[in-house]
Amino acid sequence: MRMQLIRRIALLLLLPLTAVAGVLPEDRADLMYHSYDGGGVTIDGPSLLVRKKFAEKYAVNASYYIDMVSSASIDVITTASPYDEERTQYGVGFEYLRGKVTYAASFSNSSENDYEADTASLSISQDMFGDLTTVALYFTRGWDDVTRRGDATFADQVDRRIYGVNVSQVATKNLILGLSFETIAEEGFLNNPYRQIRFVDPDEALGYAYQAEVYPRTRTGNALALRARWYLPYRAALQADYRFYSDTWDINASTAEVSYTHPLDDEWTFDVHYRFYTQNGAEFYSDLFPREDFQNFLARDKELAAMQSHSLGFGVAYEFKPAWAAFLGKAAVNLKYDRIRFDYDDFRDLRTTGVTAGTEPLYQFDADVIRLFFSGWF
Amino acid sequence: MKAARVLGAAFLLLAASGCSRLEPWVKPYERENIADPIMAWDSNPVSSSYMQHVYESREGARGASGASGGGCGCN
Repeated sequence: MRMQLIRRIALLLLLPLTAVAGVLPEDRADLMYHSYDGGGVTIDGPSLLVRKKFAEKYAVNASYYIDMVSSASIDVITTASPYDEERTQYGVGFEYLRGKVTYAASFSNSSENDYEADTASLSISQDMFGDLTTVALYFTRGWDDVTRRGDATFADQVDRRIYGVNVSQVATKNLILGLSFETIAEEGFLNNPYRQIRFVDPDEALGYAYQAEVYPRTRTGNALALRARWYLPYRAALQADYRFYSDTWDINASTAEVSYTHPLDDEWTFDVHYRFYTQNGAEFYSDLFPREDFQNFLARDKELAAMQSHSLGFGVAYEFKPAWAAFLGKAAVNLKYDRIRFDYDDFRDLRTTGVTAGTEPLYQFDADVIRLFFSGWF
Repeated sequence: MKAARVLGAAFLLLAASGCSRLEPWVKPYERENIADPIMAWDSNPVSSSYMQHVYESREGARGASGASGGGCGCN
């Protein structure tokens, strides 16, 4: 049921986008508790990330992550039964610094009871032009196995290729610019094997009936992002981001974000940010199809509907030198909270019955997202 | 193919950098502000990649997240 989520996670993994080539990341461990609560879905669990350098030339990292899911989402309660499940993921990575060039390789595996994903990534990153410019190139492959609970006859795969480039440019002594471009090409079983579409059926009491989704077996998307981060006249930072996305399913999306970081003394750091996202629907999406098998491809995944989201988030960090752990040079505790509103333009709330099919209220929901983590530098 | 052309151009840029004599217009002694930790694109990869995952699980767009991730495999 969570295959799309897993697929997206695989995309995030191991992106070797070292922001500063020529310098390996600091020795650091992060232990995080994460929690998502929204739309009838709760997901929480721990996450651990450890990075360690050797001889200033080599670095390794390892991560472990667990999602504990309890789902009674709008899809689940209208077409299936609430469920609980768990997903685990681990990742390992290696980096090698030679001069101003950093080479990186990484691998991760994500596993749950109906989805298995392996992801491997290679990257090269270089400082140039007097270290004012950093260029990183990366390539990622993903191999997913999709199954369906209660149906031993169903098994399929997804094959994924990601090509990306990141450029970070020091523009002035107070301004850094960033540019990212990424192409994601997927082939295989790209929909959720449990999700269904609805179509008009006058013989049904509700006025509609369900059938399984059918997606194209290929999808290619391109994303271009621009960002800028300013050091303000006093010690604080302001960042603006914009991303445009377009794919072969006719989804076009824009994301805009602005964030502000304000340190207080040497111990406290406060963050606030606002993010806006908008997309149109996929070409083969409909909330209500006119009849069964109306067209070759059929989708009613709200993720493919025309929609917007608004996020407002806050963060506070406290940095200290722990007297009880002498091996740590410093440590920090972070608490971050985001409130997200999702509004759908063409996905209706089927919990409302007794009205003509297709006139139910549009669906919307709010989500609360919390990250609480402890970081230690050693 | 479009991606291949873009990456090809980027590789050429990397290769050409070896011949560069470009003078840095922000001198090393002028980079105090840029080097401040508050100017990092991504101070906490373990958190930012998690948020990226939250959005990409619920929105149609993905990719080009920039400095997040950091090769950490942290989400």
